[in-house]
Amino acid sequence: MPDATVILDATAIQRALTRIAHEIAERNERSADVALVGIPVGGDHLAARLAKILSGIWNHPVPVGILDTSMHRDDLDQRIAPTVHPTEIPFDVNGKTIVLVDDVLFSGRTTRAAMDALNDFGRPKKIQLAVLVDRGHRELPIKADFIGKNVPTALDEKISLLLTESGAAADQVILKKK
Amino acid sequence: MSWTKKHLLDIESLTAEEITTVLDTARGFKAVGERAIKKVPALRGKTVVNLFVEPSTRTRISFELAAQRLSADIVNFSAEASSFKKGETLKDTALNLQALNADFIIIRHSASGAPHFLSRVLNAHVINAGDGAHEHPTQALLDAFTIRERKGKIAGLNVTILGDILYSRVARSDIWALTKLGAKVTLCGPATLVPKTFEKMGCRVTHDVDEAIRDADVINLLRIQHERQRKTMFPSIGEYTQLFGLNKARFAKTKPDALIMHPGPINRGVEIDSEIADCGRSVILEQVTNGLAVRMAVLFLVNGGKALAETVN
Repeated sequence: MPDATVILDATAIQRALTRIAHEIAERNERSADVALVGIPVGGDHLAARLAKILSGIWNHPVPVGILDTSMHRDDLDQRIAPTVHPTEIPFDVNGKTIVLVDDVLFSGRTTRAAMDALNDFGRPKKIQLAVLVDRGHRELPIKADFIGKNVPTALDEKISLLLTESGAAADQVILKKK
Repeated sequence: MSWTKKHLLDIESLTAEEITTVLDTARGFKAVGERAIKKVPALRGKTVVNLFVEPSTRTRISFELAAQRLSADIVNFSAEASSFKKGETLKDTALNLQALNADFIIIRHSASGAPHFLSRVLNAHVINAGDGAHEHPTQALLDAFTIRERKGKIAGLNVTILGDILYSRVARSDIWALTKLGAKVTLCGPATLVPKTFEKMGCRVTHDVDEAIRDADVINLLRIQHERQRKTMFPSIGEYTQLFGLNKARFAKTKPDALIMHPGPINRGVEIDSEIADCGRSVILEQVTNGLAVRMAVLFLVNGGKALAETVN
């Protein structure tokens, strides 16, 4: 495929997730208060993988949820309706430190929608944001706490992720021209 | 995601993929109804009008709650207390509602095609909540949702629709939806109410109730619509119950996992025995719960539908 660059391969993705997990552990001393919430599609797999690494660091299971953001988007009457994914938050978010996990941070609008959606489940003590790739071009005052890789991009470029929940050898993050 | 329609007028013009999109979307909205906060901001600032020219309670309330749970404002408009009594036409009434910046018009009307007509004269999104004996699309979508949720699939299932088919918009929408999704649909009832011409819609017609329910995975009972039929269609309600009602003897011969469905309102002791309506295989109240989720999904999807795409249909 011309104009396509692999920016992270499977090994680099795993290394980035391991580093993010250690940063999350370093930032949050009260490990029992931390829960991860992935944003589909992409963030849910990453959240599951981060939780696995974190539970190894902390020696206890780390709760993981999935949060659909489609109903809280701010562009619903300007586009074809987005796919609604199931939301599963199998724990009480009140008083927790919730780490939102997304694959790519771009405009910041999905993160805003996610924070709104999360509020419907309770009032977390803190919300932090972990992303595998930060590609810039923010449209809102939103910043990630944990970043796998900063990738300067042009607006006409597209980032695609091929990810599996377990982390297979074929996992890739690709940057290409639209 | 494959929904580009601006309106929901009928099931006949939908593809199987579009129907499946509604069902998949409704799954997410059903979960919203189970939360402590049952409301999402998807339609914040939008205005929805329930234009019910023909009386209805459950469908109107279901749409009303659906709109409210999406954070829209909703106005109820009923024929009894309206300008129809003063001779205003449907078109003028609808244009007046649009002049108040209504974004969605949900219409129930005794005339078939009334929603299609409104969709041609209004800019607002139009949703058919039942037009004459033509279609009742959201009922078919909630029926399909309920069957898929309970049975895990629709393709290949034997679905029997029993009762007044001729006058039933629910039957027509159900037949379209279920056959498009691959179910084998059988219609049964008195010959006067279940004419053979329905076979043109891709289903089977029989007047032998025992045969119709024997292999059914789903039995959908329809109410005898007193208000829509002349008295000559069958001799008496008592005779209908005797010949076609789902009584205990007939129920005992159905498959042990056959679902019992009914769009309501049920007439206990007429088309269905009271105990059967309340038994574990009856999903009549689940249909009501699912109806709310499906209507939220429909409002959510048509909101994103583009006028441009509609012209391609």
